Amino acid sequence: MVSYIFRRILATMPVMAIVALFVFSLLYIAPGDPAAVIAGDQASPADVERIRQALGLNRPFLVQFGSWVWRILHGDLGTSIFTNLPVGSLIAQRIEPTLSLMVITLVLTLLIAVPLGVVAAWKAGTWLDRTIMAFAVFGFSLPVFVVGYVLAYVFALHLEWLPVQGYTPLAEGFWPWLVNLILPAVALGCVYIALIARITRAAMLEVLQQDYIRTARAKGLGQNSILFVHALKNAAVPIVTVIGIGIALLIGGAVVTESVFAIPGLGRLTIDAILRRDYPVIQGIVLLFSFLYVLVNLMVDVTYTLVDPRIRY
Amino acid sequence: MTVSTSKTARLPSGFVVAPQLPDLLVSVKVRRGVLGFLRNHPTVAIGGALLLCLVLVGILAPHLGTVDPTALAPAKRTRAPSADFWFGTDALGRDIYSRVLYGARVSLIVGLSVALFASLAGLAIGLVSGFVRWADGIVMRFMDGLMSIPPILLAVALMALTRGSVGNVILAITVAEIPRVSRLVRSVVLSLREQPYVDAAVASGTRTPMIILRHILPNTLAPMLVQATYICASAMIVESILSFIGAGTPPTIPSWGNIMAEGRALWQVKPFIVFFPAAFLSVTVLAVNLLGDGLRDALDPRMAKGL
Amino acid sequence: MALLDVQNLQTHFRTPEGVNRAVDGVSFHVDEGETLAIVGESGCGKSVTSMSLMRLIPEPPGKIAGSIRFQGKDLLQLSEPEMRAIRGNDISMIFQEPMTSLNPVLTVGRQIGETLRMHQGLDKQAALARAVEMLTLVGIPEPARRVREYPHQLSGGMRQRVMIAMALACNPKLLIADEPTTALDVTIQAQILQLMLDLKRRVGAAIVLITHDLGVVAEIAERVMVMYAGRKVEEAPVAELFRSPRHPYTQGLLGALPRLGSSLTGAARRLAEIPGQVPSLKQRIEGCVFAGRCPLATDLCREFAPGLEEKGPRHIAACHYAPKEAAAA
Repeated sequence: MVSYIFRRILATMPVMAIVALFVFSLLYIAPGDPAAVIAGDQASPADVERIRQALGLNRPFLVQFGSWVWRILHGDLGTSIFTNLPVGSLIAQRIEPTLSLMVITLVLTLLIAVPLGVVAAWKAGTWLDRTIMAFAVFGFSLPVFVVGYVLAYVFALHLEWLPVQGYTPLAEGFWPWLVNLILPAVALGCVYIALIARITRAAMLEVLQQDYIRTARAKGLGQNSILFVHALKNAAVPIVTVIGIGIALLIGGAVVTESVFAIPGLGRLTIDAILRRDYPVIQGIVLLFSFLYVLVNLMVDVTYTLVDPRIRY
Repeated sequence: MTVSTSKTARLPSGFVVAPQLPDLLVSVKVRRGVLGFLRNHPTVAIGGALLLCLVLVGILAPHLGTVDPTALAPAKRTRAPSADFWFGTDALGRDIYSRVLYGARVSLIVGLSVALFASLAGLAIGLVSGFVRWADGIVMRFMDGLMSIPPILLAVALMALTRGSVGNVILAITVAEIPRVSRLVRSVVLSLREQPYVDAAVASGTRTPMIILRHILPNTLAPMLVQATYICASAMIVESILSFIGAGTPPTIPSWGNIMAEGRALWQVKPFIVFFPAAFLSVTVLAVNLLGDGLRDALDPRMAKGL
Repeated sequence: MALLDVQNLQTHFRTPEGVNRAVDGVSFHVDEGETLAIVGESGCGKSVTSMSLMRLIPEPPGKIAGSIRFQGKDLLQLSEPEMRAIRGNDISMIFQEPMTSLNPVLTVGRQIGETLRMHQGLDKQAALARAVEMLTLVGIPEPARRVREYPHQLSGGMRQRVMIAMALACNPKLLIADEPTTALDVTIQAQILQLMLDLKRRVGAAIVLITHDLGVVAEIAERVMVMYAGRKVEEAPVAELFRSPRHPYTQGLLGALPRLGSSLTGAARRLAEIPGQVPSLKQRIEGCVFAGRCPLATDLCREFAPGLEEKGPRHIAACHYAPKEAAAA
């Protein structure tokens, strides 16, 4: 088991390296002089030169990449062009709201999506199944800011049940923290719920046709035991896989959700960085989220061995 | 029953006839032809019709009672929807109705182009890595790496380095979508290569390009078409998100994401600015997704079980 | 009173190509402790019959009609919870595919224990202890270790033993075995059959054995019912059936059986075959279902479906031209 996890971690190393190489080399792949693009249209040649110096664009590619990786391995993500602050500390300041939002959304999604998918598969072909799947298509099609605005309009502006915007740190209490995150989490979770509900239904449908489900029914087991013990455990591998893949949707959506609900997180930082063309900050954020994504999917791989005894480690 | 008694009257004595049993179920008629197909797969019909309408709206935008979508009119800012301004006006007094209709062009062009380019590039990469053993490892590791960057962030990173233009938006989203298509194509190629008829073709000396043309491409087409519709939907959402956060099409071009971005600050007091582009975007993406779901069910019943 | 009394069982399915009348008017009974074999080629409705007895047919797309009286109660009238209390407890089932009929992600002990916890209210420890006992009973070595293993760690024969242990855990009155040995090696088949017979004697359960293997029938059944195209065409005690099959279909089946000592390649005796195909059950069949393949068929057969007639002592067949005992003697 330990050696399996260790081997999985080793296997993610090349992926991480490729991510790093790709994020780094974007500066060179992009057409034109990156320093000029980052400096913007109104920049003076001196500004462009300053940025070139700051990014080290005047040195050979491999030297730059080497020293960049070296610094990252030592926890240095570079320095913001705009604020001159270390990217690492900029991210550290903003990471709590984003992680909070993602965790709440993940919990909410799993609580809603998996049972929905299971019920849809159980009642496959009925009006209940069709309704759930219709909602899933809608959830899939509505862009996150559209859901966000509608929710905020109805539940915050009109009904005044929940705050319209803002974020309260967890340190100031669990409830204020949670209350502020409910609407954003629902908005952000929409696509994710749709995705997980669909894969859960598909995986369950496949499993429910298996002979061992017939055996379970012939034993006189109740519907709940069949669905949630005998079937769901077998359907778990594809579901967990998509939960892992879906984290990418969550990361992308978080940027937008934070903007709609004025949450001062990494999304806000990203948008500010885009507007200011602060490339080191963008680089740092992309790298961080990619590593987070790889890490989550590493955890998914390890989860396989817990749900399916046939997978060897 | 009366029929059977009159029948049994003709039966010689000494013969026993089995009792007639009732039918428990009424059989349903299977519909065939184009109309039958559309009735059996209503999502294709609904999605297709909606999409057709939106394409027409995009093409005919200048003839649908619109004005110049970029014309400023500071005196008429943030007017609510009325007979003059059907969808109201934005913070700069531009007619939202006209902007939304012209915005359909941007969304559709981005969606369709990304679907096309990503499919072609993915097809090429997938075929290469499915057929060229030594390239497979390298290409797929690279794709793994690319897939580990959340698509929106990858597009954001690309856009941050280029000047905002529709072309660059298409390029950025295409790059982010390529890994998914190439993985799909590769898996189809690998499973087809195991098929006896492909083995037979290889054994009888058929050259690789011929095998690809005859056996691989036709079988790749259906899953690719379905995948392409989903990519189209996803590309339209990503485009609007990029524009919304300021990393997409330049603000001078009326795209749905841009209109919403401009309405963002005012949304609590003037929700209509955000509402109309949001509604159009949602309906368009919904139409494409419905079409994709329907095609998936129709083209490959086995695939319908998966996502 | 018979343990199980089935009258006019009909099981139909709605399919895109039309209604499939998989089982159409089958009646039979099983006495306590008796072994009844249901034989027929694949697609004759024998498996659907067994699934219908347990009400395991999904409705829709299926529909079951008729009556299935078990200890006097009509199972078709029971509510789903009442039916669940019977499944695995009073009536249990063994399936054809031991490789796929056990849940791959649950331990063997859990899958046996589950039935006991459910029907007999045992707690976890007691259920596991009883599972070990059952594994010992079905002849699995090292049962204490095996209960903690997963199905993929067992061989096919062992898995079928586990299935039998599971089915017999609650001492059922009736055991339905659907092709229990078909998927197994020949040597293992004999062991499993022997095991079933031993356990049947010990537990006193009646068995409904579904099979297409007449060798198996001869070995363990007391009475045989032959099905064709969703109908019962003949029924008799096993010795009587093998001695003088009445229905042309049964005669064909027995003729298709290779005899020990007969040469398959020599001129001596060719293995008989029944010409033609089983008719599609998706259209209503007028007249006798076997008429299309029957050497004796006349226009009368094609118009009037033969009813079941007593052709000998405890021997019934559905054929207008099958000889009766007097005529045969």
